Amino acid sequence: MTEHKPDIDELSGVETTGHTWDGIQELNNPLPRWWLYVFYGTIVWAVIYMIFMPAIPALPGTGMTNTPGIRSHSDRALVAEEVGKLNAERAAASSQLLDASLEEIETDMNLQQFALAMGESAFGDNCATCHGAGGRGAKGYPMLADDIWIWDGTLAGIETTLRHGIRHLEDPATRNSAMPAFGRDGLLTAKEIDDLVQYVVKVSGGTADMSAANRAAPVFAQQCVSCHGADAKGNRSLGAPNLTDSEWLFGGEPRDIQQTIYNARNAHMPAWQGRLDDATIKALAVYVHSLGGGEK
Amino acid sequence: MSMLKNHGKLERHSLLLTVGILIVVSIGGLVEIAPLFYLENTIEKVKGMRPYTPLELKGRNIYIREGCYVCHSQMVRPLRDEVERYGHYSLAAESMYDHPFQWGSKRTGPDLARVGGKYSDEWHLDHLKEPKSVVPDSIMPPYAFLAKKKLRVEGIGDDLKTLRFAGVPYTDDMIANAEADLVAQASPNQDYDAEDALIARYEAAAERKGTLRIADFDRNPAEITEMDALIAYLQMTGTLVDFSTYEADDLSNRR
Amino acid sequence: MSAHTTTRDQSGWGFSIGTVCALVAAAALGALIIAANAADPMMAAHAWIFFFLTVSGLLVTGLWAGALNGRNPFEPTVYEDTIVKFGVAAAMFWGIAGFLVGLIIALQLTFPNIFYFPDFGWTNFGRLRPLHTSAVIFAFGGNVLIATSFYVVQRTCRTRLGGGMWPWFVFWGYNLFIVIAGTGYLLGVTQSKEYAEPEWYADLWLTIVWVAYLFVFLGTLWKRKEPHIYVANWFYLSFIVTIAMLHIVNNLAIPVSLTGSKSYQLFAGVQDALTQWWYGHNAVGFFLTTGFLAIMYYFIPKQVNRPVYSYRLSIVHFWSLIFIYIWAGPHHLHYTALPQWAQTLGMVFSIMLWMPSWGGMINGVMTLSGAWDKLRTDPVVRMMIVALAFYGMSTFEGPLMSVRAVNSLSHYTEWGIAHVHSGSMGWVGFISFGALYCLTPWLWKRKALFSKALVEWHFWLATLGIVFYIVAMYVAGITEGFMWRAYNEFGFLEYSFIETVKAKHIMYIIRVAGGALYLIGALLMAYNLVRTALGHGEAGEAAPDARPANAPALQPAE
Ligand code: HEC
Ligand code: HEC
Ligand code: HEC
Ligand code: HEM
Ligand code: HEM
Ligand SMILES: [Ca+2]
Ligand SMILES: [Ca+2]
Ligand SMILES: [Cu+2]
Repeated sequence: MTEHKPDIDELSGVETTGHTWDGIQELNNPLPRWWLYVFYGTIVWAVIYMIFMPAIPALPGTGMTNTPGIRSHSDRALVAEEVGKLNAERAAASSQLLDASLEEIETDMNLQQFALAMGESAFGDNCATCHGAGGRGAKGYPMLADDIWIWDGTLAGIETTLRHGIRHLEDPATRNSAMPAFGRDGLLTAKEIDDLVQYVVKVSGGTADMSAANRAAPVFAQQCVSCHGADAKGNRSLGAPNLTDSEWLFGGEPRDIQQTIYNARNAHMPAWQGRLDDATIKALAVYVHSLGGGEK
Repeated sequence: MSMLKNHGKLERHSLLLTVGILIVVSIGGLVEIAPLFYLENTIEKVKGMRPYTPLELKGRNIYIREGCYVCHSQMVRPLRDEVERYGHYSLAAESMYDHPFQWGSKRTGPDLARVGGKYSDEWHLDHLKEPKSVVPDSIMPPYAFLAKKKLRVEGIGDDLKTLRFAGVPYTDDMIANAEADLVAQASPNQDYDAEDALIARYEAAAERKGTLRIADFDRNPAEITEMDALIAYLQMTGTLVDFSTYEADDLSNRR
Repeated sequence: MSAHTTTRDQSGWGFSIGTVCALVAAAALGALIIAANAADPMMAAHAWIFFFLTVSGLLVTGLWAGALNGRNPFEPTVYEDTIVKFGVAAAMFWGIAGFLVGLIIALQLTFPNIFYFPDFGWTNFGRLRPLHTSAVIFAFGGNVLIATSFYVVQRTCRTRLGGGMWPWFVFWGYNLFIVIAGTGYLLGVTQSKEYAEPEWYADLWLTIVWVAYLFVFLGTLWKRKEPHIYVANWFYLSFIVTIAMLHIVNNLAIPVSLTGSKSYQLFAGVQDALTQWWYGHNAVGFFLTTGFLAIMYYFIPKQVNRPVYSYRLSIVHFWSLIFIYIWAGPHHLHYTALPQWAQTLGMVFSIMLWMPSWGGMINGVMTLSGAWDKLRTDPVVRMMIVALAFYGMSTFEGPLMSVRAVNSLSHYTEWGIAHVHSGSMGWVGFISFGALYCLTPWLWKRKALFSKALVEWHFWLATLGIVFYIVAMYVAGITEGFMWRAYNEFGFLEYSFIETVKAKHIMYIIRVAGGALYLIGALLMAYNLVRTALGHGEAGEAAPDARPANAPALQPAE
């Protein structure tokens, strides 16, 4: 029997609907009151919310857009307002920052703290990806927390670097110089380059094959001194690094040095002007300057 | 409750039930999706958007193929912390040529909507080959194999043609020269005429200068690899719109 | 072809075999042509896989049909249960595969040094993650849905499955789709539309399979011997019909070439985004919710042997659920470039969805009234009731997350992952496990499960696993959400992005532990089910009918 008159379920005393499917029956319980009322409540709330917010799209051909809602809400207007408010709060300090010289920043405790906080915050997401957390550097990306500078370690110098980048050719004021690719472009033979590697190892204080290094000395004098100097101590105005310290931008293994001379690296750093505002750039300069090796 | 009594009809007629279900589940989608195609205020009116160059498009397809979107969003929300961290909030106009869109739903890695121009090509190369080499705490997968895979150039014109069918304004010129354009963008200082032609085509579409970069993106002049294409794409994300033409206060730009 | 040589009575079944074989042969031929002309290696690989699998299918079918000797293999007086057995096995297999891949990707995020391989593109997270989501939702969940729907619709209509050979086409066609989808992700073939990643040709194949599924289901309803359609079948029907609609619209794409794997989506940007999440949200609503509610509506009353709590609630919550669900998609796009009005609709309909969702939970849990002791004595019932508890939890949490202010915190974070897994591991997983534990002794006609103790172990391991997983992800999600928006005393962002990544590491380790527990539980289950089918232990020898006493005997339908 599959269809019969409504029955009473013995356990609960509730009527069933009278159908049975594969032994399954249904009770005819009413909708739970609380369930229904909460459901109605959500509907009422929805209607109210839709009255206040942009909600209903217009039909095609009417030329209208959508109901704007009583509050005429706009996230984009709100965020502009919030950022504006935040900037207004920072305005006093940041305009002071823009006007102040390095000496003033370093003597004014509050201003210095503000600049460091601002710089540190911007450094994390924009610079640390290359220069490492705290400016510790990575292979190919100079350490900023030491006192070795390729270009310029003064506050103004750092600011220029940030503003215009390095070899960022879209910016005409970028710091620019290019070491030739001696191997790739056939300026030197592979043998000469191998010897030069030993020479560089030697001047940096490593253990080198002296006969190779000696063979390379005249080549170095001819090809390299114009940038790296006769003493191989580098030339900041050209961004040519000092080769006699044991700090390496691109690694100090013979293979790394060979690669540098063969292909040249000519690394890029993007220009931040336009992407970051002036106060942030100055604060970053202060922050980088404070990391350890800032120069006067 | 008579409504419930009538329900018996639906329970006895499977076709009626099917049709009933179909009607009920169609309404919401119609009301929500259809207006996006005809309402004026769906896409902001801004200058600068142009179709992807063939190389960028290839890169975008690699981005899709590798599933970068499972970790990276491309949608900066109008929230204070996001616009401070990533830059200007994303506009609908910025993805108007994106078939499919890449807004994402999970940020295991940072938003990439405005990563274009933020880093150098070498950095992207280092990072994509081995993210930990530049960001020691990164959990992003390494994609070293991309630098070894030669990019397939042939047939890219068909891709452009397909996209034009879907509504992207590629010109006949762009389609006819797609392969040449692709090669030119990844081979600087080789064929200056080809470079100029490429720039002319796409800058005309953007009505704006400087929206296109020609470079040896993977630092391997011997070959155009998939890495070239991917970096070319990453380097242009979020750089097209000329925000000086965007009027945030315009009522129709409200979100 | 073979039809006209047989008697009229046999022509029906012969015809269904003939049409299925003709369709499959045509598809195989198409695949062969594509394989020979493939525009890219991925398409070639797929066309060959497709060709070999369909041809093997045709060969097996031919051998089987030849051995029939004119006997009707689709005897109308008995239920078609073999296909359900295959479905149970497939679900178990894909379930374990999907959980395993889940565990692997969880390990990748936790120990990238060990689990990433720079030179093997196919092992990277971006390709394995869709493999996980598709394996658990479509391969595991889909096979559970097909198997249970075929079982339930026959019993509640008191008739054999309609369509003769066609249900077999649905089952194998669907699993072929899974193979194409899964291998596609590893090869890098994807449309990048979440939960709809397979490319155009796989989508097309699924469309054919799905339409066949709809007709098999409707055909069975048409020849039912019960005057009324049971509530479980309303839910199954709405799942099948709506998924067809969603699938077709969201996958509108133009292939670059008919012999190539790549296609471009028809819609772009904001329109594409809303179409995607209209689809994505309702994949949750109609695949993971109405489909599994259908399972609940049959297996809970059956296993506890009590009537469904309220017929009226069934009606009201069914129609309100399917009507409102469709509107809620924009809650995945809060604060994006989607126009505000659409976000508003998404939010308010999500809130209104709360009670219709809970209607199913109430109907399920209250069905136990008068049989509460079963919670203690029957771990299978307990599993299904805990499933409903997770269902209730995630359908409360969902509306909460749809509130824009909450979403601004939760979106993009691990909170979403926690929500997903309380819904999927808790609700979808547990209700499926319950159904599989019920089905196995019923199908193989065993007295009981091989070991009830193992079910207890499974229950506790999996519950603990879920708790580890979701608590860890809630903590991780809320932590990162607040870190992203944290400002220091000077009014600047406090944390860089990478610091928020680092902060989640311990929570990732806990998730790995939770995932491992869940996987171990599933392995115990597979072992238990195999031993049950074999009739070992408490399962005993074949029993004439192992189902609850009130069930009419597994009888001829006439
Ligand atoms: C794409 C990677 C990258 C990013 C991002 C980056 N830099 Fe650099 N930076 C470099 C490279 C490479 C150099 C060295 C260039 C060279 O070889 O001269 C450099 C050099 C510098 C120098 C000059 C060091 C010297 O010794 O003269 C400073 C200062 C500096 N960066 C600061 C910053 C700051 C502050 C930020 C963030 C706003 C930043 N960098 C972001 C790559 C980057
Ligand atoms: C035109 C100028 C110029 C010439 C000539 C030149 N260099 Fe350089 N060199 C540079 C610059 C600039 C850098 C820094 C590159 C960078 O920052 O990307 C550099 C970097 C290096 C480095 C890497 C230092 C480190 O820290 O990793 C080595 C080694 C080196 N040069 C050796 C040589 C040798 C040997 C020669 C001659 C064969 C030479 N250079 C000629 C400009 C020059
Ligand atoms: C497992 C998740 C994951 C996948 C998949 C992934 N990434 Fe990342 N990505 C990260 C994480 C985490 C970071 C932040 C740490 C870092 O910089 O490495 C990141 C950072 C980045 C950045 C730097 C963004 C910035 O502003 O600092 C870029 C660019 C990037 N990824 C591109 C890609 C591309 C392209 C792909 C696909 C080929 C990809 N990612 C796949 C997780 C992922
Ligand atoms: C062993 C058990 C499981 C483990 C270890 C696991 C692990 C994971 C991981 C690590 C992710 C990626 C999260 C991210 O990108 O940050 C994920 C995503 C996902 N998983 Fe699982 N999972 C498991 C079980 C399941 C089950 C049973 C289902 C469904 C039935 C499921 C459905 C999903 C879905 C839908 C996503 C995507 C979420 C989103 O995009 O927001 N998972 N899982
Ligand atoms: C009333 C019911 C529900 C509502 C209103 C709801 C709401 C939401 C919301 C707002 C999100 C978006 C999170 C974000 O990206 O910001 C979400 C994501 C998700 N929910 Fe639910 N949820 C509900 C029930 C469920 C259930 C029962 C399941 C599982 C069975 C589920 C599975 C998912 C999945 C898989 C996602 C991730 C989508 C993605 O980003 O890939 N939801 N849900
Ligand atoms: Ca997602
Ligand atoms: Ca698809
Ligand atoms: Cu949703």
